[in-house]
Formats: sequence, C-alpha cells, structure tokens
Amino acid sequence: MASRLVLTALQLDEVVAHCLRAFPEEGCGLLAGDPSTGKVLRVFPTANASRSSRVYTVDPRDLLRADRESEAAGMVILGVFHSHTHTDPYPSPTDVDQAPDPGWHYVLVSLRDELASLRSYRIAGGAVTEETVAVEG
Amino acid sequence: MPVEVRLPTLLRPAAGGAPSATVDGSTVGEVLHSLEVVHPGLAGQLLTDDGALHRFVNVYLNDDDVRYLDRLDTAVTNGDVLSILPAVAGGAQ
Repeated sequence: MASRLVLTALQLDEVVAHCLRAFPEEGCGLLAGDPSTGKVLRVFPTANASRSSRVYTVDPRDLLRADRESEAAGMVILGVFHSHTHTDPYPSPTDVDQAPDPGWHYVLVSLRDELASLRSYRIAGGAVTEETVAVEG
Repeated sequence: MPVEVRLPTLLRPAAGGAPSATVDGSTVGEVLHSLEVVHPGLAGQLLTDDGALHRFVNVYLNDDDVRYLDRLDTAVTNGDVLSILPAVAGGAQ
C-alpha cells in the first residue's frame, strides 16, 4: 500500500494554526499515532528552539515530553511538521540532511501564499517521496 | 551504579531490539561507555570522533538536557534515567 498520513480536519487545523502563531518564525511540532496505518492520534505543537524564520529545532524539552506522553498513551511519534514561511512546502536540503528517522512522516506547511498549503513526505537515505495526506473525520 | 538508558527506536536494533538498557556509570560519559561495552557500536552513533556528544542527538538526565548540565561529565546516581532522542531540526535555509 502506498504511504499515507491520515489526520482529522481538526488536527489539520491545529497544525496550520500553530504554524501561523509561530509566524514570522518557522513553526514546528510532532505527530503521534499508529505507525501501521499512518493515523495521527495526537498533535504536539512544540517551541522552535532556533527562534528563526529560516531554520527550526524542536525544543528538546518539548521533544522529551511528547515522547513520554505518547508512549504512556500507547502511541509512537510518527513524524514532525514545520512551516516554510516563504518557500514551497517541499523538504529543503537542510530538511533532508537532518531528517532523523526514515520511518517518519515529514509534514511541510507553506505560509508563502494567502492560503496555507500542507504536504507530507517520507525521507529515506536522502531520497524524498511525497505521500498522500488523507483528511478523515 | 546502575542507570536505565532509554533508547530511541532507531538505536534499538543495535541493542537487540530492547527499548532500554541498564548499565553502570557515575557520569553520563561513563554510562555511554558502559553502553558501548554491552552493545558495541551503539555509543559510536552518539559521540563524535573527538568523544563529544553528537549535535544531532539529545541526551537527557531525567528531565534535563545534559547540554545544559555538565554534558558528558554530568554526575548520575542510582535510579536516574538517561533518555536518548534524535534531535529534530531542519528548515527552509
């Protein structure tokens, strides 16, 4: 089956809203859920420790908290989302170089245009593959 | 003294699939060294050639990032939990 990320309309709004709140800096956060289906069960908005409009670093304390809370709830961290404030929702060379986990979903939100756009990718061994984003429920 | 080290998913194969390992040490550096003895190759993914903590790795002593403590010299005591997570970063630049 082709790779996909499944999230609800509310979760989608939560992701985009966090990126808009972080603007003009890049916004970022983690997605937890079920890795076998790609279904997001919880969104963890996190602070951007880089405080930058060009790079992001998920705040290490927020990362630890999200990891513990998702494990306690029987979920795993599925991936990360972040915004590009002035460019396409496509992984930059920095994103590809620093992608920590080939099993993760990498969600990009572009705030370049009036309407935010969101895409999701898998990044493994330097290769970027776009996947389907399904909004269900 | 024994310290539990919680491993990220990516490093579990190097530890035979286990989510954590309990090893001895009195500092974070010693604990990571003991981890390498038990699971060869594991600590090599966490440390640079100079023996410093790799910038793409976060190591926490209980709730605190050891970068804000004494890094690898941070003292550990019985019952402490060391958590290792990949740093999550990127950006448009």
